[in-house]
Amino acid sequence: MRPRGQSTPSTLPDLGRLGLARYGWRQLTSMRTALFLLLLLAVAAVPGSVLPQRGIDPSVVSQYLDDHTTTGPWLDRLGFFDVYASPWFSAIYLLLFVSLVGCVLPRTKVHLEAVRARPPRTPARLDRLPVHRRAEVDADADALLAGARRVLRSRRYRADRRDDGSVAAERGYLRETGNLVFHLSLVGLLVAVAVGGLFGYRGEILVTVGNGFSNVLANYDSFDPGTEFAAEDLPPFRFTLDSLDVRFETQATGNQFGAPRDFAADLTVFDDADAEPRQEVLRVNEPLAVGPAHVYLSGNGYAPVLTVRDGNGDMALSGPVTFLPRDANYTSLGVVKVADAAPEQIGIQGLLLPTAVVDPERGPISVFPDATDPKLFFTAFVGDLGLDDGVPQSVFRLDTDDMTQLTTDDGDVFSAVIAPGETIDLPDGAGSVTFERLERFAALDVRADPAKNWALVFAVLAMVGLVASLFVPRRRVWVRVQAVAGDGGAPRTVVDVAGLARGDDPGLVDEVENVLSRLQDSADGDAGGAR
Amino acid sequence: MTVDVVLANLSNVGVYSAMTAYAGALAAFATDLSGLGRAARAHAPAASTLEPALAGSSRDQATRSGGGSDGPDHAGAGAVGTPRRAASIAVALTWLAFALHAGAVVLRGVSAQRVPWGNMYEFAISGAVVVTGVFLALLVRRDLRYLGTFVIGPVLLTLGLAVAVLYTESAQLVPALQSYWLVIHVSVAFVASALLTIGFSATVLQLVQQRREQARAAGRPPLRGRFMDALPRSAELERAGYRLVAIAFPLWTFTLVAGAIWAEKAWGRYWGWDPKEVWTFVIWVVYAAYLHARATRGWDGRRAAYLSLAGYACVLVNFLVVNVFFSGQHSYAGIG
Ligand code: HEM
Repeated sequence: MRPRGQSTPSTLPDLGRLGLARYGWRQLTSMRTALFLLLLLAVAAVPGSVLPQRGIDPSVVSQYLDDHTTTGPWLDRLGFFDVYASPWFSAIYLLLFVSLVGCVLPRTKVHLEAVRARPPRTPARLDRLPVHRRAEVDADADALLAGARRVLRSRRYRADRRDDGSVAAERGYLRETGNLVFHLSLVGLLVAVAVGGLFGYRGEILVTVGNGFSNVLANYDSFDPGTEFAAEDLPPFRFTLDSLDVRFETQATGNQFGAPRDFAADLTVFDDADAEPRQEVLRVNEPLAVGPAHVYLSGNGYAPVLTVRDGNGDMALSGPVTFLPRDANYTSLGVVKVADAAPEQIGIQGLLLPTAVVDPERGPISVFPDATDPKLFFTAFVGDLGLDDGVPQSVFRLDTDDMTQLTTDDGDVFSAVIAPGETIDLPDGAGSVTFERLERFAALDVRADPAKNWALVFAVLAMVGLVASLFVPRRRVWVRVQAVAGDGGAPRTVVDVAGLARGDDPGLVDEVENVLSRLQDSADGDAGGAR
Repeated sequence: MTVDVVLANLSNVGVYSAMTAYAGALAAFATDLSGLGRAARAHAPAASTLEPALAGSSRDQATRSGGGSDGPDHAGAGAVGTPRRAASIAVALTWLAFALHAGAVVLRGVSAQRVPWGNMYEFAISGAVVVTGVFLALLVRRDLRYLGTFVIGPVLLTLGLAVAVLYTESAQLVPALQSYWLVIHVSVAFVASALLTIGFSATVLQLVQQRREQARAAGRPPLRGRFMDALPRSAELERAGYRLVAIAFPLWTFTLVAGAIWAEKAWGRYWGWDPKEVWTFVIWVVYAAYLHARATRGWDGRRAAYLSLAGYACVLVNFLVVNVFFSGQHSYAGIG
């Protein structure tokens, strides 16, 4: 709250004279508007936590659109699946920040002037101020004024002796400085976030144990660059995933049973073509730094190593196939596209269960995330995988438009269960599938954000500024003295001390009383010394 | 590492014992409040005029009529100076409950050799112990005993919810939580939430008190909730609420920043608009709006107070709704 006493100079520049043309700007930069925009920002942020967001999980958004055919498209058109990039959300925070700058810059100017100016002159009537104390002291008025100046300065006031027999003092300019630093740091933070978004990138890779990765664009499973990103920015590192250690809860019962306890990926890293290899362990909270980028362990899953022979008896595929986990017990889904199979291509849709149980009601499910009894349930298709249509396909989805599902002799859909080490022949001489062994894969995120340290700097500045702004007391204290007739010609003086604070200041009363009692003490001391 | 089941069970016993002690403290605080109410009415003539029979004093009956400005101005004044035995018992019981409660929380952590805030049950019991701790710490410096009912009540409620709905067996942490940022980020969030909780109680009382004052000023003295006469005036409650929020706000800011630093370490981005992040941000913005409202001309204490209440509603949503119903990277609730 701004002080309202008649004596208080307004801290806002008087814009009234500048005319109607500036009316809109004044409205935008008013506290009221800031308040309104802050509330609007809070409200606008909420839908993004309720509705699925493309930036977080695009597949859930597609699912939502499939399930809600009437409301879904409308919400989509209005940007509700991308709230934080939507025009309306952006408009709110941009307006807020325009308002902030428009508010803070003039305040900075006023503040810079105030810091250099003399403390505001002493009000005519000190007894009208929020805190006022009066005492009579046996001391000379002039000495008291000098004492008042000394006492106030020792309490870190800027004290100024006025011609009207008073001292005007002010302290706590840091409060306003902190407030300005806080608000301006928010602007800096916003800029840092924007710069990071423009120049940074983020890519995802799935690497099976025993395999490697070298950092070029083509090797990413998905890549999401900022608009200013250039492919040369990728640091030239490569690594191999030597092992992936995974531990799950086996002791506790109830919902803690099977909860993950430790994920650790052992990597051999080469920082560039000539670099010596280094061994690194990657954990969830322990990313790997390589040049300007960081590699994070974001997930893991199973990759059965399969060998598929085709109708001609030739080996058409051999290697690990990543299956994406669907639940906490790693019930995993995956597809195998055997493009080299002849005479017809083969497609396999599979369900991998690390600890398989066939539930009488729910069918085959996994009851524990570790691979204690892995089984692969699958069905198979033959025909054209559609890989040559020129339409990009997901590796986790089988396009069965031009394929026929294999059936048994009875005409039932063919489905098989297979454990590591086993081979199963497909019906109609279509080929065979061998489940060689089960490997794990690591899902890794590679990210770079060149501005994140700036974001941190501004965040810390904002916090420091905020604390100063809330807790440094900004106080004005005035001392006025008036000589009165003492007995026997001894000097006697009426001292008025008054205080005014900005904002909530529980210590102001104590402060004023303290100043007064210090003054009395110093007067006593002086009197004692003169004796 | 294995979990020490004996210690974990002992911790559960501790929580139940603490709840018993809290129940006693709550009863004592309530008794104190009603006693204060009576005392306040006995001393505040305007009030006693209205309910002579209940107030048990007819001394001043004839001297005033309702609607005088003195009555509301002196809410609570009559209580000052009278010894408050129930309140002393309440505070002693609160200390006992706090000791049992803190012991239970510590045992819980020791049983799994980690900080005791890895799932909703633990968030609830640890958060609640911080509320009590902050309240007792405030009591050392200020006589806020009148707030006791409104602080211990929610604490007891939280513990009830924890044992009845949220209970989870003591166990190790999931990998995402294995970080020292868990200690920093969550403990500061607890302290901030505790201050906001107490601030919320003060703000609710402020609004109730304000209505009573207005009703009195309009000559319609309130008939119910006489214990309110024992509490400070609404302006005083407003200031108390503001100060608690003013301390909590920088702590919440720190929670936000520390959470972002941790998210950067764990997930590679410091901000991803995950539901938990969204709500932490919303809480921050609403309380920033509250601080602004207080500084805005033309906004009286009451309108700003509504924003403070809205902020606390968001705190509750963040804990109860987001943790349980919204899926996101922060899904550690450990229930269901
Ligand atoms: C990003 C949006 C903003 C946030 C998060 C924010 C946050 C805050 C906070 C937390 C405070 C409390 C500190 C204190 O009381 O000293 C504050 C104070 C203040 N803010 Fe903002 N603010 C924002 C935008 C603005 C804008 C747009 C304006 C200008 C219209 C503004 C003007 C002020 C003023 C004048 C104060 C000081 C109030 C006082 O004198 O106590 N703020 N702000």
